[in-house]
Amino acid sequence: MTIAAKFEIEYLQYLDAEGNEVRKDLPAFAKDLDHMVELYKLMLSTRIFDAKSIALQRTGKLGTYASCLGHEAAHVGIGSAMKPEDVYAPSYREYGAQLYRGVQPREVYMYWGGDERGNDYQKEPARHDFAWSVPIATQCLHAAGSALAFKIRGEKRVAVCTIGDGGSSKGDFYGAINIAGAQNLPLVAVIVNNQWAISVPRKIQTGAPTLAQKGIAAGLFSIQVDGNDIIAVRKAMEDALERARSGQGGSVLELVTYRLGDHTTADDARRYRGEQEVKDGWAKEPMKRLRNWLVKKKVWDDAREEAWKAECDEWMDNEVNAYLETKTQPVTAMFDYTFAEVPADLAKQRDYVLSLDQKAH
Amino acid sequence: MAQITLIEAVTQALAYEMAHDDSVVVLGEDVGVNGGVFRATQGLQEKFGELRVLDTPLDETTIAGVTVGLAVQGMKPVAEAQFEGFIYPMMEQIACHAARMRNRTRGRLTVPAVFRAPWGGGIRAPEHHSEANEHLFTNIPGLRVVMPSSPARAYGLLLAAIRDPDPVMFFEPKRIYRQYKEDVPDDGEALPLDVCFVLRDGTDVTLVTWGAQVKEALEAADELAAQGISAEVIDVATLTPLDFDTIAESVQKTGRCVIVHEAPKSAGFGAEIAARVAEECLYDLLAPVERVTGYDVHTPLFRLEMKYMPSVKRIVDAAKRTMAVS
Repeated sequence: MTIAAKFEIEYLQYLDAEGNEVRKDLPAFAKDLDHMVELYKLMLSTRIFDAKSIALQRTGKLGTYASCLGHEAAHVGIGSAMKPEDVYAPSYREYGAQLYRGVQPREVYMYWGGDERGNDYQKEPARHDFAWSVPIATQCLHAAGSALAFKIRGEKRVAVCTIGDGGSSKGDFYGAINIAGAQNLPLVAVIVNNQWAISVPRKIQTGAPTLAQKGIAAGLFSIQVDGNDIIAVRKAMEDALERARSGQGGSVLELVTYRLGDHTTADDARRYRGEQEVKDGWAKEPMKRLRNWLVKKKVWDDAREEAWKAECDEWMDNEVNAYLETKTQPVTAMFDYTFAEVPADLAKQRDYVLSLDQKAH
Repeated sequence: MAQITLIEAVTQALAYEMAHDDSVVVLGEDVGVNGGVFRATQGLQEKFGELRVLDTPLDETTIAGVTVGLAVQGMKPVAEAQFEGFIYPMMEQIACHAARMRNRTRGRLTVPAVFRAPWGGGIRAPEHHSEANEHLFTNIPGLRVVMPSSPARAYGLLLAAIRDPDPVMFFEPKRIYRQYKEDVPDDGEALPLDVCFVLRDGTDVTLVTWGAQVKEALEAADELAAQGISAEVIDVATLTPLDFDTIAESVQKTGRCVIVHEAPKSAGFGAEIAARVAEECLYDLLAPVERVTGYDVHTPLFRLEMKYMPSVKRIVDAAKRTMAVS
């Protein structure tokens, strides 16, 4: 038998579910314990932010909201590895990555609270990132196009996109990794495999044993990572970003995690998955293992946890207040950003709506 | 000055703008070494290199989505869909992202891109190569839909489309790609978007059309003149945003309106123009509005194709019907 080509997919993990080190070659950043505490704190604030968002939705102060519960290591690992000048194209629940890049909780609330200004991120580097992308996987091609722009202009920047396990079935994802391979683009495509695409489980999404191996077909470096282990996520991201930045091509990362919550607040996951599975998911969740590890290293304890939670609560209260105090946009806002300048034909409709609004007041 | 065809005018505009603006890039299937299947990008890769004239993988979704990404990063991509009939995989990226990026980010991110596509029938092409479907795009907010009808307007409108800060669908009537030549100075002068062009003044009936049918409308106007009927001919050029004022002014003068387009009749863009005429010019009308269009069928394969297309005779007959009323 002649073999035309041979492939394998590495699985990367440093910490097991209890926070024990499963390998001794910890990456350099993980030896900086202050930094690891910072990552833990951001994971915890992301979780507190998420709980606050759901509470806002349940009390009628937010529209439908997509929770990130259980994805904290994956998302913070992505956001913390990127450089400010890189560009991020998320789907719609990667708050842990986005908070790291300057998206403010009030902006998340505004978006899910029915106000386009939530997409107008005010702080860099988020300000040059893409906004949430609801049409599944479409953002992968925006990242590929951004990566092509960086290559054309000779900029040492990387475009990162994230999609779910369901998103990896879409043509836009395949198209993005395909052109990244064909043109050697600085693209890092991260599949956050949380096992569920609303109610459709991973096992009937594809017959491929790993999602990472889809990258091999595109000629990209491909790896499967324990997505609940932030050390592994961060390490895989750093390596992928470095390869892309130095012209060695793009990567596909599959971060294996679990969606502990419903798909969105409009979903009820009890309709399609059992309690035991969710219990198993909680046993492997990302916060506990990192906390155990940091406690063993004597850089974290209950008192610090409570103090940080109190700080987060105050931060979120401020953000919620800022959101709730934001006045609705004038009715003309629906016209004003359709084009750079409102065309004459559209201005007539704008004037009409304005006249209705003035009559109403 | 060299006389050039419509397709050569497209190439001339692309070359001019690429030479004067480093951010302009061309991408699509076969646009590089081959210069495009119609040769619209002939010679550009030699001049501007493989990255600025990029042969993409064979996937229209990729072309459209990458175009959005390039544009958001400050490039001015000109993407080619090889034929209008292959544009459907691009529509999600165009409607959900290119056309709404500015609005959904309150102006933070924008998509100054052009999507070019050879449009329409009449060249005895295979199936799916002859579609007229501009009306599928005219209902998408945030998108300009532009169609040239002559070499000079192809040059001037394409320059304007590339320079426009918002996405533009640029549909090139392939039936008239090489129909005739005219002087088109390579002076970088753009024509205005968002305005109709009155190509012939008349007093009895207004013929409103765009793209390849402009030629039939002008020929119909000649024939009508021979019969003592004075027809005004309007090339809409930018379908959306529509310059209805120019059409209204004409219909108010003539009292008669014949709309000509190649796309199917029902919910074609002619329906929008007819509705506007009814809303704004009803009391000026001396006869019902007529539409001379394709039928509500799939573009036939080429043995029957010319029976589908609006002909000079059908336009003349429609105009005469409007004259017969009063």
